[in-house]
Amino acid sequence: MKVWNRYHTPSTIDEALQLLADYNGAARVVAGGTDLLIELREGARPPQEALVDITFIPELISVHQSNDHVLIGAAVTHDQITKSPLLNNHARCLVESCGVVGGPQVRNVGTIGGNVAHALPAGDGTISLVALDSEAEIILSGERQWVPIADMFVGPGKSLIDPTRDLLLGFRFKVQAGKSASAFERIMRPQGVALPIMGCAVSITLDDSSTIFEQVRICVAPTGPVPSRLSEIEDVLLGQEASEERIEAAISSAYDTVRPRTSKYRATADYRREVIPVLLRRTLHTAISRARQGHRD
Amino acid sequence: MTELILTVNHQHFSLDVPESRTLAEVLRLDLGLTGTKIGCEEAECGICTVLVDGIPVDSCLFPAFKGYGKHILTIEGLAQNGHLHPVQDNFIKHGAVQCGFCSPGLIMTSVALIDACPNPTDGDIKTALKDTYCRCTGYSSVIQAIKSAASEMRGKAALPVNEPVVEDTERIVGKSVPPYEVRDKVTGKARYTDDYVFPNMLFARTLRSRYPHARIVNIDTSAAEKLGGVHAVLTYKDVPGENLHGLVRRDWPVLCEDVVRYVGDAVAIVAADTPEIAAKAIALIDVEYDPLPVVSDPEYAHDPNAPHVHPGGNLLKHIKVRHGDIEKGFAEADVIVEREYRTPIVEHAFLEPECAIGVPEGVEGHDKLTVYVGSQIPYQDREQIAQAMGIVPDQIRVRGTLIGGGFGGKEDIAGQIHVAMLARVTGRPVKMLYTRQESLIFHPKRHATIIRIKTGAKRSGELVAVQAELYGDAGAYASLSDKVMTRATTHATGPYVVPNAKIDCYAMYTNNPPAGAFRGFGVTQSAFAVEQNMDILAEQIGIDPMEFRRRNAQRVGSITATGQELRESVGLVQTLDHVYDDMRQNGTLQWSWRDGHKAYGWGVGSAYKNTGLGGGAPDKAIAEVEAFEDGSVEVRTSSADMGQGLAHVLAQCVAEEFTLPYERVRVLLSDTDLTPDGGPTTASRQTFVSGNAARLAASTLREAFTRTAAEHLDYPPSELRYEEGLLHYNGDHVEFGDIVRWMKASGIMPKARHEYWAPQTRPLGEGGDMHFAFSYATQAALVEVDIETGEVHVLKVVSSTDVGRAINPLSLQGQIEGGIVMALGNTISEAFIVEDGIPWTSTLSRYKMPSIKHTPEIITRLVEDRVSSGPYGAKGVGEIPSICTAPAISNAVYNATGVRIYSIPIDQDALLRAIKNGHEEVHTTWSDVR
Repeated sequence: MKVWNRYHTPSTIDEALQLLADYNGAARVVAGGTDLLIELREGARPPQEALVDITFIPELISVHQSNDHVLIGAAVTHDQITKSPLLNNHARCLVESCGVVGGPQVRNVGTIGGNVAHALPAGDGTISLVALDSEAEIILSGERQWVPIADMFVGPGKSLIDPTRDLLLGFRFKVQAGKSASAFERIMRPQGVALPIMGCAVSITLDDSSTIFEQVRICVAPTGPVPSRLSEIEDVLLGQEASEERIEAAISSAYDTVRPRTSKYRATADYRREVIPVLLRRTLHTAISRARQGHRD
Repeated sequence: MTELILTVNHQHFSLDVPESRTLAEVLRLDLGLTGTKIGCEEAECGICTVLVDGIPVDSCLFPAFKGYGKHILTIEGLAQNGHLHPVQDNFIKHGAVQCGFCSPGLIMTSVALIDACPNPTDGDIKTALKDTYCRCTGYSSVIQAIKSAASEMRGKAALPVNEPVVEDTERIVGKSVPPYEVRDKVTGKARYTDDYVFPNMLFARTLRSRYPHARIVNIDTSAAEKLGGVHAVLTYKDVPGENLHGLVRRDWPVLCEDVVRYVGDAVAIVAADTPEIAAKAIALIDVEYDPLPVVSDPEYAHDPNAPHVHPGGNLLKHIKVRHGDIEKGFAEADVIVEREYRTPIVEHAFLEPECAIGVPEGVEGHDKLTVYVGSQIPYQDREQIAQAMGIVPDQIRVRGTLIGGGFGGKEDIAGQIHVAMLARVTGRPVKMLYTRQESLIFHPKRHATIIRIKTGAKRSGELVAVQAELYGDAGAYASLSDKVMTRATTHATGPYVVPNAKIDCYAMYTNNPPAGAFRGFGVTQSAFAVEQNMDILAEQIGIDPMEFRRRNAQRVGSITATGQELRESVGLVQTLDHVYDDMRQNGTLQWSWRDGHKAYGWGVGSAYKNTGLGGGAPDKAIAEVEAFEDGSVEVRTSSADMGQGLAHVLAQCVAEEFTLPYERVRVLLSDTDLTPDGGPTTASRQTFVSGNAARLAASTLREAFTRTAAEHLDYPPSELRYEEGLLHYNGDHVEFGDIVRWMKASGIMPKARHEYWAPQTRPLGEGGDMHFAFSYATQAALVEVDIETGEVHVLKVVSSTDVGRAINPLSLQGQIEGGIVMALGNTISEAFIVEDGIPWTSTLSRYKMPSIKHTPEIITRLVEDRVSSGPYGAKGVGEIPSICTAPAISNAVYNATGVRIYSIPIDQDALLRAIKNGHEEVHTTWSDVR
């Protein structure tokens, strides 16, 4: 079935913007297309007159460090992320989460920008970007700007940008000093749609003595309509000793405060409540152990 | 149109193609490279995988212009100068190819893996091939083939082939010769129905009901007819003959006239210049419906107040087994266990969606109306097409193509009648290819069942009685429900001696998708209940579950619940012994243990399954064998090879009888003009019936050879000896082809035909032999349950199967491994969900079959307790491996966690909640999570 007519592969950002402007709403940005094309095929979205493929734009497909930031182009594939030495060093949670998205064929094509633009409440790569306190670079109504990653999510499946006019260019996060590390884990079920039942990314910094949490960022999703940080839990840990008791205290506070919901054919709220502490415990222990072993992440 | 520049298989192309094309479309339609198969168009199944600059991508979802300037490698580009790539070669050697439809995708993904990772571990392979599905092999052979190829590519030796041990071999029977046409399947040359193209071919689509139950008030096709490029729009009015089909009961309209009974019922068909125009046209057909109340549950269907799905009511059949005196039986019992079990609707998910092509009489090479289709029952297709077309069967030719998996799901009519009608009306060839999503909603599935079963035993461990009530959801049309649910009923005592039994089964019409044949044919469902009750009883009596089974096992001389005395070939006890041996480590068997937050448990299940139709049905197959002057022999029968390997079984039987090299035998299957009727490919029957027919035809022809040669050489027939395609006499020899020439010269046709009739059986209720043979199996599963998350992993399955005789051990092992993994899917991941008659499972992304990640270590042992009437002692194997896996896994989960699973697929959500809350039973499943 024909679900698009024209397919453009611009090689610059300006060219891409011009194409979108020329089509005046009848063209849509595509990167890997692994979500979008299925939605078009299934009729979840109307057929498009044109698709503007941004994966031929060099600056959108690079991963590099600039001063104290790591920059990831929006059209970088999941596979590129898992293989990037820079990200393996500074963003293990992102590497781990991108490594479990779909299968290899999808990871070879699907991009981190697509993951964010798709704005799922529990996109694997997305929740790691949240735990890394990333920012997104966008061109919104013609204006190029950096926004906090959390601002990208307006609602389930709805992002800040209009894919028929705006562009998502990439992401950046700060390289953490000292004893920092991150980790990601998720729980799936073998039945039905391959969406995570619950995913958890943590990013921590310990003090020089490896005993005190200097920085804790936790994203557990889905726990709401958009991915967000669990600040109550972070607060329980921040400045405290990275000990079994403290972690258990934080976990029990999660059990009391986080109220996940039941999703049809995915998970009951009760099940999710049971596994959130399990994920928190597993990821925090992994991250602490990584930080102490001096893996820079 | 823009010029598309790319390199495909090292050849440069500059193509003028629409920008809307996917890479798969460019390969298949514009370049004719049909080795790349399309399975889902959802990036789920991975069988369309090609390499773009060395990287595997799903070509069905990859815009062609995304590949601009890149190098594409497809399955056709792997072999160089006639030499297979090591991955292709090792897929053949290790038996990793069955139907072959997914083989190109698996092979391409594997090639990319080895390029990136020259010495892959099992873990690397499972990661790389996670989303490249195979529904036939169960993946064990795939893993071994990849490791072997990688080893060769590193300059090391190939890995040994893991073949099961067999008792003894004949010259060819009992040896693992490569499957017929396997080379074509690994090079992309093999042609399935959608790979056929005819000049001036039109493309058809079907308009299907959106309602599970509704009256059709009006059908307006005028807008569709006016659309440019549309050549025919047909409704019930255009069905020339009887507007009904059905294998056992003709209750299924070719095109619905007054009522639709399930979402997916066909209402109108269209033929147009392109698939896009056909799709547009069906969207323009305006059908006015008056919705009717929906029957969505088989128990409700039995309620006298339930609406009727068919005018005769909802009871399709009440099936009864009566044996002994049930009240006396339970009175003798010291322990009685009564439980309720539920099994879901299960989808075959063969990787090749249904496709049929109708070619009218007069098109070059077609002297009669011809239908190309990958079907399990070509002769019955022909009969059903004829009936609907109002012509005699002889005016139609059904030509079977290769089949990309069947498993029982390609027995009913799909598009066969529709394309015949459209071809006749338009006078042009017409192709009807179902999308994956259409295939999902349309075709008959495994029956969902509710089984209440009461089992009684004496304290000594002797079974005394079984009483059961089964409800089977037959869906909207009968299909094979009568037979399937009969098998569920007659096998509901398990493979044990149970002197008293009373079993009632109600096959009920509902407005769910029709249910029909599916590997295991009803017995998978009853075994899930029977074998768990066995474990519960064993625990209550305080006896080891394997000992309990052994004590009650059917043996030679036992009487089944249908009153059949088993006179030979009952290998159940040996299968139990094998499995018991293989479960033990260092001589001891530990049923369960804990390690941190992981709980481990073993569970066991046994099963039996009939070979052949049985129940008094005439069960025959005809085969023809012809010898040629070039020294080759062709065997012909209209039986289907859907990947299970019938073709090489027949070739082996013929080569054995003729003492010919295997390579000299050709096989022609499933052409109603050229091959005699082998009957349906169902009920694990073809090795037995067509195997016997081929063997006996070959033996008849050999005798004719001997007579001619003896006369010609003037030498006593008893002193003529056949060896490797030569006839030896008196220290000299003649070529096979010479004898063919002598026969022809004396006016004798060098061919023979044999109509083989399987031993007579008797209908249920009459006692005596309901079936002429049974296969037996025992399996044990080792599971790991994460007690913090409820996640269940099957680590190992130990199996032993009594197959009578292994004709081809490697391909037999493929049947067993594939059957086990399919059944594992049934237990762990698969359920086709229907909500008030509306399928929720409308895409493949909503239906998870096992991927290579789920594949456990599988141990295959064989018992060869020969059946005297089988070819070389063989009986059926197609279904038996899929029957006891689900109860073995469920029993293992109980042993690991103390929680018993009464409903599958196992729901980790409910399991975890049961563990946390101290509950011992789980009666809900995934579809209850709402």
